[in-house]
Amino acid sequence: MTTDLLNRVVRHRVAAVLAFLLLFPLVMPYEALAINILIFGLYAVGFNLLFGYTGMLSFGHAAFLGVGSYLCGIAIVSGGWPWWAAVFAGVAASALVGLVMGFLAIRTRGIYFSMVTLALAQIVYYGFYKAERWTGGENGLRGIRVETIDLLGWKLDFLNPITKYYVILVFVAAALWFVSRVLNSPFGAVIEAIRENEKRAAACGFDVARAKLLVFVLSAAVCGLAGALRALHLSIVPIDSLHYLQSGQAVMMCLLGGMGTFFGPFVGAGVFLYLEDVATAFTTHWMAAVGVIFMVFVLFFPQGVWGSILFWLNRRAAPRALQ
Amino acid sequence: MSGAILEVENVTQRFGKFVALNRVSVAFQPGKLTAIIGPNGAGKSTFFNVVSGAFAPTQGRIRFQGRDITGLAQHEFARIGIAKSFQITNVFKQLSAHENVRVAAQMRESRFELLRPRAGMKALMAKADTLLERVGLAALRDKTAADLAHGQQRALEIAMALASEPVLLLMDEPTAGMSPEETGVMMQLITELAAERTVVLVEHKMKLVMGLCERLIVLHHGEFLAEGTPEEIRNNADVRRVYLGQE
Repeated sequence: MTTDLLNRVVRHRVAAVLAFLLLFPLVMPYEALAINILIFGLYAVGFNLLFGYTGMLSFGHAAFLGVGSYLCGIAIVSGGWPWWAAVFAGVAASALVGLVMGFLAIRTRGIYFSMVTLALAQIVYYGFYKAERWTGGENGLRGIRVETIDLLGWKLDFLNPITKYYVILVFVAAALWFVSRVLNSPFGAVIEAIRENEKRAAACGFDVARAKLLVFVLSAAVCGLAGALRALHLSIVPIDSLHYLQSGQAVMMCLLGGMGTFFGPFVGAGVFLYLEDVATAFTTHWMAAVGVIFMVFVLFFPQGVWGSILFWLNRRAAPRALQ
Repeated sequence: MSGAILEVENVTQRFGKFVALNRVSVAFQPGKLTAIIGPNGAGKSTFFNVVSGAFAPTQGRIRFQGRDITGLAQHEFARIGIAKSFQITNVFKQLSAHENVRVAAQMRESRFELLRPRAGMKALMAKADTLLERVGLAALRDKTAADLAHGQQRALEIAMALASEPVLLLMDEPTAGMSPEETGVMMQLITELAAERTVVLVEHKMKLVMGLCERLIVLHHGEFLAEGTPEEIRNNADVRRVYLGQE
């Protein structure tokens, strides 16, 4: 019975996640936190495509979050584009940056790959920092005003946080559906094969370099979407979006939630941001608290919060399935 | 040497100053079961890596079915019909036996489709099951590869190589580390496989290849030493000297 239910949830994982996310704002202390978790959940899912599923640890994913944010913001502030076109601009720009960064980085492996992505992301940071005329430099990009969203004549108040949550959820849902489809596709099998054994994947007839580049670009695009949505949400783009600490956050969220699981990174993002929210009320050194919890997980629950729950459910369900 | 399926011409492989292969030329006839033998350090594995595309030779050419394939990328080798089973077991450890074979088989059907659900690829599922049956792993299809016994991993290795529908199957010490019973089963399987396609083995167990193969090629210190039927090789003075000198 439990296995049945579990299998059904796994098979319809996108629907299950959406059902949860539809009700999610109700259990959060305030909507802005729920929106933040939605956006960073997507960011971590995009990162996990590369890290958890393909086995490539990037330290440069802030570049994609940041470029997505900035290009969406610039399109609105300087270009006067409609908000939805600006979101697409952010995604496209991130994918393009991903193509260039990926092209250079996939020539290396392991720690070298991580270092190259870090270095390239720092170049992007510096570029946006210096392009003050467009990006606002140190002060960040301000004035991304999206007050109403026009949906075929139906005007939605985007300043209302609950409306904002559900508008953003539409994009996040589409992206999650896309990621799930990719993971279930033949290509999804190829990237997992590359993670398990790159040489063997090549010997099986798969062009490893091409597959890595493609998954890198997909990952960048998903993270770019998260960035673009964040620009709409915050109505500013802080320069910190491109900072390497932001790249580190993706790694932490993934590990905390459970890398290589579909929903794990989302859970990781939720736990991380919720802890931050709770801990900042007591101390400005909230990172110390999060750090301790992070260490506990890495040391004692290496599968992460979600990974451990799945493991526990599977183990409970397995003996019954045998009967 | 016309009609050969694989021709190796004057192949030299250097690693820095070390010469692993020195101007080796051999040809493999289609449909034959051939073994490459030689004492340790003879260059067997290097030879195998060169003809299976793991790296391009320093000098020389390789021709497959008349086509020059020297320097072709590793993934192209599987596509043109050359598959290799590895000496050190080289499977996708965290995937199930069935998934391992399915991924390998998928190469012929789909490599870069992003949105098609692979659960719907029924032919692929069936093909993986047939191959697992063939190597005697049908009962273990859902087991994680890492949890299989050594001999079973070797069998899985061969199912994966077969999944790409090779014209030429290269097997690097297929019985390495196997028990006598497992070795017997594997030899039986090799004989069956060789009836359908060209098979080349690398092996250092002389007794095993003598009874199994139609042609033998002997390498020694990275150089070609002799070629012939098991009988000819057994009576070859050079080969006897090399092996007796060693033992």
